[in-house]
Amino acid sequence: MREKLVTFVRTHLRRRRARTDGGEVVTERSSGFVSDDFVSSLPYWLPPFVVMGLAVYGAIAWNFMLSLTDFQQFGNPDYSNLDLGMYAQAFGDPVFQGALQNTFALLVAFTLCCLVAGLLVAILVDQQIRYENTLRTIYLLPMALSFVVTAQFWLWMYNQQNGLVNMFLGVFGLGPYEWIGDPALVLGAVVFALIWQFSGYAMVVYLAGLRAIPTEQFEAARVDGATTLRMYWRVIVPQLKGATISASVVLMVFALKAFDFLYSLSGSYYPPKGSDILATMMVRQAFNVGHRAYAAAIGIMLFLLALVIIAPYLTYQYRRGEL
Amino acid sequence: MTDTLGSTGRDWRRIGLYVVLAALVVFYMMPLWTGLMTSIKANALSTAPFLPPAPNGFTAVHWTRAANALAGGLVNSLILAVPATILSALLGSMAAYGLTTLDWRYQVPILMLFIAGIFIPYQAVLIPVSKFWAVYLPLGEYGAAVGIPKWLGDLGGLIVTHVAYGIPICTLLFRTYYKDFNDEMIEAARIDGASVHGIYRRIILPLSVPMFAVTLIYQFTQIWNDLLFALVIVGPGQGAPVTVPLAQLGASLSEVGFGIRMAGAFVAALPTIIVYVLFGEQFAEGVST
Repeated sequence: MREKLVTFVRTHLRRRRARTDGGEVVTERSSGFVSDDFVSSLPYWLPPFVVMGLAVYGAIAWNFMLSLTDFQQFGNPDYSNLDLGMYAQAFGDPVFQGALQNTFALLVAFTLCCLVAGLLVAILVDQQIRYENTLRTIYLLPMALSFVVTAQFWLWMYNQQNGLVNMFLGVFGLGPYEWIGDPALVLGAVVFALIWQFSGYAMVVYLAGLRAIPTEQFEAARVDGATTLRMYWRVIVPQLKGATISASVVLMVFALKAFDFLYSLSGSYYPPKGSDILATMMVRQAFNVGHRAYAAAIGIMLFLLALVIIAPYLTYQYRRGEL
Repeated sequence: MTDTLGSTGRDWRRIGLYVVLAALVVFYMMPLWTGLMTSIKANALSTAPFLPPAPNGFTAVHWTRAANALAGGLVNSLILAVPATILSALLGSMAAYGLTTLDWRYQVPILMLFIAGIFIPYQAVLIPVSKFWAVYLPLGEYGAAVGIPKWLGDLGGLIVTHVAYGIPICTLLFRTYYKDFNDEMIEAARIDGASVHGIYRRIILPLSVPMFAVTLIYQFTQIWNDLLFALVIVGPGQGAPVTVPLAQLGASLSEVGFGIRMAGAFVAALPTIIVYVLFGEQFAEGVST
């Protein structure tokens, strides 16, 4: 079948070439790199590849070069004198260290809590409930909203005197807390708001994972006399490894990019005190302070952080044949 | 059936389940509901944040003011999001076709480069991107030279930027879809004499309609919601997409300003909310791929 096809495609192409060129141009191409399909596939993937490649990899390379210069906002980068000075400066900079710590805290707390919340909600939704679609739609809705929009809602929720959060806690005799204004609390408040926004996403991913597990396994575990909780912990959760991995990669990358939310909380390049992360620090250094080379170096370090997360993930997906 | 609990125990468990699910609805909806209620109160503090206004305390003034203030931004966001969404989906579909349906060696490494592009933190490319549009290809200034308003040209740069960085995710979405296509169908078409282009136009594209729905909805939401690129490439001013003026409300306003702030948030989010309500299924499929 395959050989027949190859012969067919060859003769077909030959015929076409003969037509366009007016002569009998027979190019015998075997299954090397330059196969017929390779040539005919070029017009499809090459233009998007060039655009994307320049925008992503070209820009990262350029950014790396900039990070080795002493480029400031006004003036041009001097590429003749390259060194790692900006990186050295970063590691001696307390602001950078604080932002790095906050980035890790946000990344870990946000990802873990989102996964746990998403899994729990997914298990609840998976109990053959009525109105499943409606509920799922409601739980996922915050994710369709812009960080800029949700930041406005949460500024009001966290408002010290009149916000709903403090009003709620007041019922239990707690607070009122200054959620956004207190550097010790703001990161936790941000993480909570982001969990509100993204746990629906984790739920959708887990729900797809739960649906892929054969029903017999649930039933077999029930017959064994396992209590519901034990059954989920022992039988079901281990099978959700794939869902956990892909959800956590996406969530971690979201956490690295949480710039939009933090910017919108303060409406400026300076996020609320105590919530500065690398993403906000980089943009501030570049477009507010004007220290472009330093910002480029922070950008490269963010890229490396993302790479540490995605490289194992892509390898894993590739091995499983998911790509 | 083989439940160890009696039927009353099961009933209570069911009721408990629905109570928890309802509590979750309250949790996920509360910030929006509070916002909505606050946006229609003449005085934000007249009743508790989540309660509707007193009968005589209703006002539409926050909504009209917010709509007036953000109207320009909404138009800009539409000018930006519609073409950028369509272009990135189309390019993603083409790339996925060339890398999936057509079969050649070394296509997996190329694909890996596409997919890795999804996860790039934009901070790693921000300075080159802004420098590119400001110095090397200032579309705004080119446009101004031939009579097109500068902000429209700048918006053009933002469109291209969103297309470029949207290609990876669009490619992946179409790739997962095309991977499950029946090979025999394609081969049969070839045997019938269809060219590579013919197969794409007459077989793949018509079959891609459901995936186009998913991709278009996902991309539209992403591009509409973005702040970072809008801020850096266009910035505040005449061409600013709606997220830019909304973000700059910031924390500066006092409680009295929360009415207009909440109304503004809804005005800016309305297109994405409408798209989500109409196409929630497709959105869920887009995010979970």
